[in-house]
Amino acid sequence: MKIILPFFILALIVSFVYLGTKFPEGHILFGIIVPYICFAFATVGFVTKILKWAVSPVPFNITTVCGQQKSLNFLGHNPIESPASRWGVFFRMLFEILFFRSLLRNEKVELYGKEKRLIYGSDRYLWIFAILFHWSMLVILLRHMKFFLEPIPSWIIMLQNLDGIFQSHIPSVYLSNVLIFIGLVFLFIRRLKRRILYISLPSDFFVLFLIGAVIISGVLLRYVYRADILLVKAFLLGLIYLNPVPYSGFGTMFYTHLCLVSVFIAYLPYSKLMHMAGVFLSPTRNLRNDSRAKRHINPWNYPVKEHTYKEWEEEFKDALEEANIPLEDENKG
Amino acid sequence: MEKPDEIKKGIDLTPKKRDWMTPEVEFKKGTYCYGAPLKHQRYLELPNQREWQPHDTDWELPENWKDIILDGMAKLLKKNRAFKLFMDICVRCGACADKCHFFIGSGDPKNMPVVRAELLRSVYRRYFTLHGRILGKLAGARDLTVDVLKEWFYYFYQCTECRRCSVFCPYGIDTCEITMMGRELLNLVGCNIQWVIEPASNCFRTGNHLGVPPHAFKETLGFALDEIRDLTGINVEAPINKKGAEILFIAPSADYFASPHWYTLLGYLMLFHEIGLDYTWSAYASEGGNFGLFHSMELAKRLNAKIYAEAKRLKVKWILGGECGHMWRVIHQYMDTFNGPADFLEVPVSPITGTKFEHAKSTKMIHIAEFTADLIRHNKLNLDKSRNDRWKITFHDSCNPARSMGLLEEPRYIIKNTCNHFYEMPENTIREKTFCCGSGAGLGADENLEMRLKGGMPRAMAVKYVKEKYGVNMLACMCAIDKAALPPLLEYWVSGVEVCGVHELVGNALVMKGEKKRETNLRGEPIKGDSENTQ
Repeated sequence: MKIILPFFILALIVSFVYLGTKFPEGHILFGIIVPYICFAFATVGFVTKILKWAVSPVPFNITTVCGQQKSLNFLGHNPIESPASRWGVFFRMLFEILFFRSLLRNEKVELYGKEKRLIYGSDRYLWIFAILFHWSMLVILLRHMKFFLEPIPSWIIMLQNLDGIFQSHIPSVYLSNVLIFIGLVFLFIRRLKRRILYISLPSDFFVLFLIGAVIISGVLLRYVYRADILLVKAFLLGLIYLNPVPYSGFGTMFYTHLCLVSVFIAYLPYSKLMHMAGVFLSPTRNLRNDSRAKRHINPWNYPVKEHTYKEWEEEFKDALEEANIPLEDENKG
Repeated sequence: MEKPDEIKKGIDLTPKKRDWMTPEVEFKKGTYCYGAPLKHQRYLELPNQREWQPHDTDWELPENWKDIILDGMAKLLKKNRAFKLFMDICVRCGACADKCHFFIGSGDPKNMPVVRAELLRSVYRRYFTLHGRILGKLAGARDLTVDVLKEWFYYFYQCTECRRCSVFCPYGIDTCEITMMGRELLNLVGCNIQWVIEPASNCFRTGNHLGVPPHAFKETLGFALDEIRDLTGINVEAPINKKGAEILFIAPSADYFASPHWYTLLGYLMLFHEIGLDYTWSAYASEGGNFGLFHSMELAKRLNAKIYAEAKRLKVKWILGGECGHMWRVIHQYMDTFNGPADFLEVPVSPITGTKFEHAKSTKMIHIAEFTADLIRHNKLNLDKSRNDRWKITFHDSCNPARSMGLLEEPRYIIKNTCNHFYEMPENTIREKTFCCGSGAGLGADENLEMRLKGGMPRAMAVKYVKEKYGVNMLACMCAIDKAALPPLLEYWVSGVEVCGVHELVGNALVMKGEKKRETNLRGEPIKGDSENTQ
């Protein structure tokens, strides 16, 4: 159910686009209307979500500290895992976002053998494949900028040449396409493991299938059902400058790819994919461990009912006198 | 209670069911804590007061309990970015799953941190997100029912807020925050446990969580002074509520009432005497620990307020804090925000070494390990390591000082300077990866002992490892709950390892001016191979 259902939904989307393009005006629906609607949906979702996060305050400094605090000079301070300065936080976040620092720590626990000994082993597969997946996605995303920028900046060409360095075919095979697919397949297979399946929701599989479909349609578009790149670019530029020029000659695969990407973008802000933005805001990572050096302000801090010294002294006066503990009024000296 | 081997054999870290969506909880004896007594609910003026037990079928919830919870949730989401964010961004990668001591020790799949959070997230999705409202169960959304509430109670009081999972989460999602929010919500409809509410209420009334009145407090300190005199021949003082002292000292109250905490108390008193510290205890703020933290931010603040109020009243310059775990979470990450600014205090300066503790320049409170490490560094203490020679020592990082403060090297520095034999446990189980004792966050009750022993299993196994490898027979730690929880835990899993505080080791090693030859350590045990290098 968790797997079949999202697969079925995705198949429905794909066949809808496929059949739709068979109709004469299908190219307008799937080439122009759907992308616009999806984009609008995504923008609204993205902005609302970020705003909602941004306006909710961070009442307490709740850094998760993963290294020695800055205290006594002779005890080494870990400036990144226990950042005490802006720079420390900057590097902590940099390592977290670019290199998935926390995931790199991952280890697995097993109760081993007959004696059921508790053992720990390093478990970096998730890290490796997550890195492959995310970095490839970034490269693919940057490569696609060539469709939206005129003239194409030289760094994109460079990146593209680098990505296609193993030039065994014409057109060249992009490394990123291969790696993202490997990463994706691993993430899928991992989800099938009993423990991960237990925590998975249908949407976890939907995302994997959706990205898989985007990749496959994109690869097919490049190697099998080719579309004229110059025309595609002209068409996409028309779209982004809000001056769409309908064109029906791209073939079904182009519209499929475009629509799947649109669905992906529209789905993004309403799903767990928002982790890409959320990770920047995570208070356990982006705050300094300096809460004793600098007062963290809670904007909704309010007065609470306390048990004051005076009330306490009144209640325990006899006991205090009996025990010769100084009272407030006679303690002036 | 089963035998340790049987418990281990029974653990299966692979879930048998396909998902967690059906709320089902069995309140089996030994796994849950009892409900809060009416008397203490009244004293703290908590909502929905009643005599109540989790195993009751009818929880006597207010009629509009659902609205209360959902309204509370809406408010928390607005008030706290962490909550909102942690509800939204989890990708269920499962990196946290086998990082939780309760999951490792029980194999209960709902103890995986990700699922603990999903229990709350499912309700969030159902009432606060579009897709959850439309797609329901398919989007992982669940209606808020009494069974869901019971499940919350069971699992949010089966989390010790140790933050270990948050070290491993790629987005820093902190289950401690989730549990705190879950408990805040449960408290809105009066579902809380005795071992949180009673200590909190006692603390609010008398100043300490055991409810010790001021004269008894003085009396116990008196006993400690007697013991020190017997041991060293020195008359030590312990001033209480002394106005104008330079420093206010606040320790967890277990230090002066429980064992083996007691020996740590002796260590403090001997140290302060030896360096001639001008300090005072307070009978009003006689508790550093803060059981309010395990209830709600509001109660935490109410209890914490005493510390600054008392420092102000006594006109001290700064505050020194004893060995405690969650007390230091509150002091390091919450106190200044709650009840600051402490502009009536001065930046802590050690009167002995002149070191200015700049890292505490706003909160104006430092940890005794920071203070003592600095003394040792400046050669202000005459220490005879060999007096701790009967022990081969390992150190257990307490969750909060480790992961909320980064107090990692101070205690190690002290131990290495007071003991000859120190061995670290495996690196997966110390420092920021340290394992909880299984009894933190208010779970140190008697009735849930089975669950505590299961939760403490990973810690105990690491101790067993160093015991077998190096012959370790003493586990040092810096947390009052550790000192209470670890002895029974180790007795169950690893016999023959005792538990002590770091300042007990200091007290043993400290060569005091004018002391008589020590025959025994602070515990009254003969000092093995009492060395000649005592000056």
